[in-house]
Amino acid sequence: MIEIINLCKAFGGHQVLNNLNLTINTGETTVIIGRSGCGKSVLLKNIIGLLKPDSGQVIVDGKDVTNMDDKELNTLRLRFGMLFQGAALFDSLNVLENIAFHMIEHLNSPRAEIDKRVKECLALVGLKGIETKKPAELSGGMRKRVGLARAICVRPSIMLYDEPTTGVDPITGDAVNDLILELHNKLKVTSIAVTHDMTSAYKIADRMAMLYKGKIIATGTPDEFKNTKDPIVRQFITGASKGPITEGIDFEHLI
Amino acid sequence: MKKFAQNLGHGFMSFLRYSGGMAILMGQTLFWIPVPPFRRKQLFEQMSKIGVDSLPIVSLISLFTGMVLALQSAYQMKKFSAEMYIASLVAVSMLRELGPVLTALIVAGRVGASITAEIGTMKVTEQIDALETLATNPVKYLVVPRFLALILMLPLLTAYADLVGIIGGYIIGVYKLGISHGMYMKNTWQPLRYKDFYTGLMKSFFFGVITCIVACYEGMNADGGAEGVGRSTTASVVTSFILIIASDCFFTALFYFIAK
Repeated sequence: MIEIINLCKAFGGHQVLNNLNLTINTGETTVIIGRSGCGKSVLLKNIIGLLKPDSGQVIVDGKDVTNMDDKELNTLRLRFGMLFQGAALFDSLNVLENIAFHMIEHLNSPRAEIDKRVKECLALVGLKGIETKKPAELSGGMRKRVGLARAICVRPSIMLYDEPTTGVDPITGDAVNDLILELHNKLKVTSIAVTHDMTSAYKIADRMAMLYKGKIIATGTPDEFKNTKDPIVRQFITGASKGPITEGIDFEHLI
Repeated sequence: MKKFAQNLGHGFMSFLRYSGGMAILMGQTLFWIPVPPFRRKQLFEQMSKIGVDSLPIVSLISLFTGMVLALQSAYQMKKFSAEMYIASLVAVSMLRELGPVLTALIVAGRVGASITAEIGTMKVTEQIDALETLATNPVKYLVVPRFLALILMLPLLTAYADLVGIIGGYIIGVYKLGISHGMYMKNTWQPLRYKDFYTGLMKSFFFGVITCIVACYEGMNADGGAEGVGRSTTASVVTSFILIIASDCFFTALFYFIAK
């Protein structure tokens, strides 16, 4: 279980997360929705300890991430797999070295074992035979898949997805959704995804949460979200330009 | 007036943040150097990128510098019929000053910029975050091999540049100004002391430290996409140049007073 308690984070005087509280249950896929730039990625980075919060706690299975030393943090991080928005593959390494990065760097695994594991991970994301390619030679969708393969190579118990379907075409996007669902069912991992793609959110979520002005303003199942009465959530999930979120903002100049 | 004071305070704070950040990076680098695993393959890769690939440009610039030094001084020395001392002038100024400083500036421009651009791109495309999520320290993985490669290769390149500069002077002195081979060689070696050579190398060692830390710091603090990486790269080269010249002045004064 992951508990986020009163989390605050500001950048240069701008309060991005403001006393945020959220509980994520083990084995569930929680999707956090919110507008671009509202702090979704910041929240994910706080969970995995890439950013230190100004105050508040992130408790993963009883341990507080925010005051861990480097060693504890590294052990914890290997229980996480993270898919970055742009996949964040290492340009200088080929696909095999990317996927098996942690096996090569930390475990000194024998070559045969690495080859086998990379094949397995690539097969899980529906790819094969691209081990010697460099990330620059891959398409956006393939990069996302390789990023996913790298994330699952460490056999994580918690998966974090930062906008998994952004930047890929709708069909590839749906394939990524299927992958997330499949991984969830096969590997029984706890997943947290942040996105503003509602199709994706409805498809993969067991539970949803909406982040607005630095706080979680609503949580519930996808069905509860679809039938919500909350005007803010309503505006977001229907994608209306007029409503409480955009009150006072004039979009006329865009037309 | 209040605005002026505010700006001044703001500027001073960002200066402190900048130098403090670099000092921290320097400390972390030194801390991680002796910690295994040692990445020999990456070190050799960087040494080849930084050292071997810089050879052509370093050769070209030091050869021409040696030649120009000889030519320019010939113009003055002719008045006193003292052309044979051109050899000494070229040798001493290459070893003490031009070899280390020119090589450092070339490397800061060529290698420093590429380090900042590479690390900066990794930063803005979240590759540095990805390293951390895979339990790998970015300083250990990215900065340490570059740091070691630079402090090893820059002195070597400097020694090479000294030699090529002297050859440049020799070409002009012997083939253009008609100084005999024996005379030129004698006047090259005679005034040289060990000190001339090793103070030059010590300087270049510190220039290597400066170039690496500035380049890596700027890269790691890049933000704002491609434009941000461009900005950091410019800042990296400019800051390295300023610090190299300033510390050159400092070290020259230091060696002058402590090692007479």
